[in-house]
Amino acid sequence: MTVTSAPPRGATDPPAGRGSRPAGGRRRDWRMAAEIAGFTAPALLLFGVFVVWPILRAVQFSLFRWNGFGPLVDFVGLQNYVAVLSDDVFTGAVGHNLIIVVASILIQLPLGLAIALLLNRRMRGQGVLRTIIFVPYVLSEVIAGVVWFQLLQPGRGVIEAMLGTVGLEGPFQGFLGTPSLALPTLVVVLTWKYVGLAVLLFLAGLQGVPEELAEAAQIDGASWWQTQWRVTIPLLGPTIRMWAFLSMIGSLQLFDMVWILTGGGPANATTTMATFLVNEGTKRQNYGIAAAASVVLFVIALVMAVLYQRFVLRRDTADADVPRGVR
Amino acid sequence: MSTTTTTTATGATPRAGSAGPDPRPRSADGRRPRHGSGRSEGGVLVYLAALVVVALTLGPVLYAVFGGFRTNAQLASDPAGMPDPWVLDNYRRVLTESSFWTYALNSVAVAFITTAVTVIAGLMAAYPLARYQFRWREPLFMVFVVGLLFPATVAIIPLFILVTRDLSLGNTWWGVALPQAAFALPMTIVILRPFLMAIPREMEEAAIVDGASRLQFFWRVLLPLSAPGAVTVGVLAFVASWNAYLLPLLLLQGDMKTLPLGVADFSSQYSSDTAGVFAFTTLAMVPALIFFLAMQRRIVSGLQGAVKG
Repeated sequence: MTVTSAPPRGATDPPAGRGSRPAGGRRRDWRMAAEIAGFTAPALLLFGVFVVWPILRAVQFSLFRWNGFGPLVDFVGLQNYVAVLSDDVFTGAVGHNLIIVVASILIQLPLGLAIALLLNRRMRGQGVLRTIIFVPYVLSEVIAGVVWFQLLQPGRGVIEAMLGTVGLEGPFQGFLGTPSLALPTLVVVLTWKYVGLAVLLFLAGLQGVPEELAEAAQIDGASWWQTQWRVTIPLLGPTIRMWAFLSMIGSLQLFDMVWILTGGGPANATTTMATFLVNEGTKRQNYGIAAAASVVLFVIALVMAVLYQRFVLRRDTADADVPRGVR
Repeated sequence: MSTTTTTTATGATPRAGSAGPDPRPRSADGRRPRHGSGRSEGGVLVYLAALVVVALTLGPVLYAVFGGFRTNAQLASDPAGMPDPWVLDNYRRVLTESSFWTYALNSVAVAFITTAVTVIAGLMAAYPLARYQFRWREPLFMVFVVGLLFPATVAIIPLFILVTRDLSLGNTWWGVALPQAAFALPMTIVILRPFLMAIPREMEEAAIVDGASRLQFFWRVLLPLSAPGAVTVGVLAFVASWNAYLLPLLLLQGDMKTLPLGVADFSSQYSSDTAGVFAFTTLAMVPALIFFLAMQRRIVSGLQGAVKG
């Protein structure tokens, strides 16, 4: 655990440890166990019933052919997985998710850093600016999606009208209706919605970068750019790596925005793993296929999370003592 | 999750001053050093760039707000114009003729139940995980940490079957709120535990010397002291519930729908009534937006706490 300051001595070994004193130890232990059970019961019950159990059921469903009615009898082994993994729509969806993961990071990282560095100086109205930047993030994806859907309407949306004033013409079927443009458009809307979070996390990280370092660099003759590039941004490393992790997990689960903007279309050009499985489950009643897709989604998310943890985040613990770039 | 050495001065500082959930209960607000002196005052270019950022960020939102004050004819003839004349009819129609208020009530109810269940169950579980010493403490905590990686999407189909068939809670507030609370618990516990850990042991000893049991200590001392942390996780749970779409989409129908479902329905049902869609969307987003922006610091510090955990 990271706590923002070292916890006071003793906080980590609470007095319960004294229960091991010989006098009356047995009864104390028993009472403590009861207290622990009582305190954790509601959370464990909720977690068990609504998180663990449904996930186990998903694994179970994925081994059957089932339309949602009647008992689970038609055991098909791994056939649903074969069907899902050889389905072009699903493999396309995995590709779209990965494109969104990579594009989100490649676009939002430089953009978020630029805006954060821009705002990280004394200027009038900085507080207001921060608040404004936060607006798209706290809107629901549904609301953001509905507004952008209207802005992007072919023929009468304001974006085409604005393109018209500079002599450009929107695509005939609209940005969301043209297969080759739908995914990039989705990425643009996602950038609009989520870059604010990157900015705010980076800004918070920047507040912790000691000013003496930047000052020292400047005294040594470093330009503003060199100072940012060599001193400030490397110190922001842990924040950036954490943000990228959040962004990655979010991109893999993407559903709401796609469902509102395109429903996965046109011609499956924007289908994600989540829209695929909801579509299979609720619209086509292919519960086995949907469950297999959800297990694949889970495994991909887990593998990526573990790899990220192992190869990227681990550096933060190893490197914490010697900030790179200051050496 | 990561363990960070906060010993060496330079290595520790990037995190030390940040707006993360300050585990020292008494100093939870505003004692961070102001940044500034070393950074140059912004020039004209900086203000210009800031202006562009603001325009791109707020443009779509303001367009929707103003669009609600226009007629469809106005929107069609001059998509980029301002309301002329200003029309209140769209907003009036949404507030009187649609199910807006029903949806709003459902959203509020579901969000409140979710928040209450999350905070209560989260605080209770975080207490022994933070302040009791027992063999299964760390494994138990790891269960919740791993839970951070379980997206609700993965379990959505079985969850739908569980809630509607096994528990008969389909189309109810609780049917949506309980799973939402369950999926919010991992983050809640990960944020609250360091908070509760940081409360000085002397306080607990003093309370016990005064004759308080551990239950009384939890109730009288720990709960009030952990209020800032509880507010942070509460706001996060509220925002997540308020904005949720997938689970309500599968579980709620008719008069039980929440605002995001209402907005999506209205948008697809009357997609040619752009002004009406803008009015509905504006009414659905503005009150929440004001509340969430007021809570901005809590939300950001909570997210930081969660990723650092």
